[in-house]
Amino acid sequence: MIDGFLYQALVYITAAVICVPVARRLGMGSVLGYLIAGIVIGPSVFGFIGKEGQDIMHFAEFGVVMMLFLIGLEIDPAHFWKLRSRIFGLGGLQLCVTALFIGTGLYCVFGFSWQAALGAGLALSKSSTAIVMQTLKEKSLHTTRAGRSAFSVLLLQDMAVIPVLALLPFLAAQSGFFSGWEQAGLLIGAVFTVVVAGRYIIAPFLRLVAAAGLRELCVAGSLLIVIATAYLMKLCGLSPALGAFIAGVVLANSEFRHELESDIEPFKGLLLGLFFIAVGASINFSLIAEQPATILTLVAAVLAVKACILMVLGRLFKIPFDQNFIFTVTLSQVGEFAFVIFAFMGTLQLLPTAWIDIMMAVVALTMSTTPVLMLITERLILPRFGIRKIAEQKSDEIDVTNDVIIAGFSTFGSTVGRFLRANDIEATILDNNSEHVDLLRKMGFRVFYGDATRLDILNSAGASEAKILVIAIDDQTTSCKLSETARKHFPNLTVMSRANNNFDAFALMEHNVQNIYRECLDASIRLSVDALVLLGFRRYSATRAGQKFIAYDEAAVQKLSQHRNDQKQYILTTRQEIELQEQLLTNDREAIHNLNDHAWESDNGDEMEKRTD
Amino acid sequence: MKKILLMLAHPRFEKSRANKALLTAVQDLPFVTVHDLYELYPDFNIDVSREQELLTQHQILIWQYPIYMYSPPAILKQWMDLVLELGWAHGPGGNNLEGKLLCNTITTGGSTESYGPKGFNNYRLEEFLRPLEQTARLCKMEWLPIFSIQGTYRHAPEHYSHYGNQYRRALHSLAEETIDLTHIRKHPSLNEWIASTERQAAL
Repeated sequence: MIDGFLYQALVYITAAVICVPVARRLGMGSVLGYLIAGIVIGPSVFGFIGKEGQDIMHFAEFGVVMMLFLIGLEIDPAHFWKLRSRIFGLGGLQLCVTALFIGTGLYCVFGFSWQAALGAGLALSKSSTAIVMQTLKEKSLHTTRAGRSAFSVLLLQDMAVIPVLALLPFLAAQSGFFSGWEQAGLLIGAVFTVVVAGRYIIAPFLRLVAAAGLRELCVAGSLLIVIATAYLMKLCGLSPALGAFIAGVVLANSEFRHELESDIEPFKGLLLGLFFIAVGASINFSLIAEQPATILTLVAAVLAVKACILMVLGRLFKIPFDQNFIFTVTLSQVGEFAFVIFAFMGTLQLLPTAWIDIMMAVVALTMSTTPVLMLITERLILPRFGIRKIAEQKSDEIDVTNDVIIAGFSTFGSTVGRFLRANDIEATILDNNSEHVDLLRKMGFRVFYGDATRLDILNSAGASEAKILVIAIDDQTTSCKLSETARKHFPNLTVMSRANNNFDAFALMEHNVQNIYRECLDASIRLSVDALVLLGFRRYSATRAGQKFIAYDEAAVQKLSQHRNDQKQYILTTRQEIELQEQLLTNDREAIHNLNDHAWESDNGDEMEKRTD
Repeated sequence: MKKILLMLAHPRFEKSRANKALLTAVQDLPFVTVHDLYELYPDFNIDVSREQELLTQHQILIWQYPIYMYSPPAILKQWMDLVLELGWAHGPGGNNLEGKLLCNTITTGGSTESYGPKGFNNYRLEEFLRPLEQTARLCKMEWLPIFSIQGTYRHAPEHYSHYGNQYRRALHSLAEETIDLTHIRKHPSLNEWIASTERQAAL
């Protein structure tokens, strides 16, 4: 038993550890890496694992459960309300129209019953939250218009799983309307239970656990919530993922939100990886070999229909062309919920098993197309589009290279750019948000559209002749990557980087960035100086104290960073942030930085005078 | 009454005794505008047009500061460099300060005796102020004798209230419409001027 487990763990983890870095190195993203790892170890290629791939998939579905719990946690009702038009308009239309088209297709061409066609249509209209969110985050696209629109659509799809799962029993003619009602009642009851439990049982329970003050107990508590909700839903014959999602939403407003997030995050990452491997392994290649025409036609048709509808809707909601392209491509696959829905349809006997197998293969195949399509979009389609714009720009300012390149033009970068411009220094700007790019071009900035970490883009932006590279990107991983590229290929550049917080600063220091500017530092000291003045301090003394503190804090962080290098910690949690603050506070107490301006303290600054007096 | 602009330049005013005593004695006078440079410009980023506007609204200018290393505190030099512009305060068309009175109110740790050819500091206090005096002349201002408290280490609190009263009377007299500049200049300091006026009044 233990041997079997160790063997399986060895196979899975080895495959992941080899395939994922290779896939990322090739620019394919980790999701495709996991899928390939699954295919490689699956029955179709090496056959390290056989039928148990299915069992692993059931186990790994728990990763999806956790992901939905985390998504639920991030839904802030006020934020949600602000996005309602995009979520219900864009998302709702996408779901209904896609389900209608695909359902009709299945009904007419493959002779599905109308119930089965509707169920399958709804299942296939979903996109994969796991793949999309991972891809968008890895490419730092989640803050762009495309990313936010994609998130809205996914949110609605995730929520729509509730009514869809409730609807299926009604569609299953054999089970009769009565049990359909029963199922629906059960669903509503279960959702109600989760909501009430979240409010009145889970939150007090978490408080109790936190009071014990044991770290591992908190992790266990968080896991218990997710597992208990999932089990409850399973008992009712409903989707555990759904229960977790609702539990997440209920707990989003509690004080434990961040704690829960950091506790669940590592488990989620690991299990999601496992889930993708299992999907890869469970692709039934012999089935595909038997009916390649049917399956490949279905894959192509599903992708095409979904993409067309997304494209049209993107247009309708006025997403700019290139963003719309990203939006369309990222959402074109079928999501993990389709597995759940098809499995449910199988138990309800809405669809014959043979078709269920085919559909599972179709879903898995569409999922594996996304990273490839994304790669093609990013490398072939968007650059062509971007380069066309650059070419236009180049024609009117040939041979102009600016001394400063600013990567990332969010609030931080734009402030830097505005200040430099006010002092007659023009900067070249790199941004991967086409809305920023359009605006900036209108304002006469020299802008390059695209991923700033790419060598060709840096080259065309004139990095080999510039003097300063300002990294103003939100995402710390991208900043580090960019600083590394700059150091390797453009030694002429002085890299100046923004850091969101101390941890970002540490990461940048590890990449040998010399000039690091922590966003929080200057503003918080300015506030504190004003606070001292309001409390009656002289403004000049308070200002000097503030400047001294900034210098002291820079040195303290530098020192801590060296200390940290010995420990090499990579996973950063809220807990570590607290530990860091503790260390800083202890050091503060040791170094008493009261002012040493004694020369000014009496009405005489002449030291020699004092000695003679 | 003329209006007095009292420019205070003290980097550590919260620890000061002499300057605090002097300022407390005069800050409630209706014709005095107290202008605290270190409080207003902790980053030395002086607002030139605002300063020039203030100068045009006053007829008498007082620089009040402690002496460090034989000079006024750094911000006063910064102020002079930035505000007394060519073409505004001096040079062609620079007549905005013409005829305004300039008086320095100075505190030193060293005693009066230590300032002079026989003293530790070799020169008289006025001699250390030559650059300021010439600046006043360049800007067509009237340079007045200084008001001073010297040997601040040795003073007891009641001394400060004495100096405070003297300072208050000095500002009052200066602000009166009719003053005789040549008479004032016959005295080595404003302290002496006020003392002698009072002695005559008592006679």
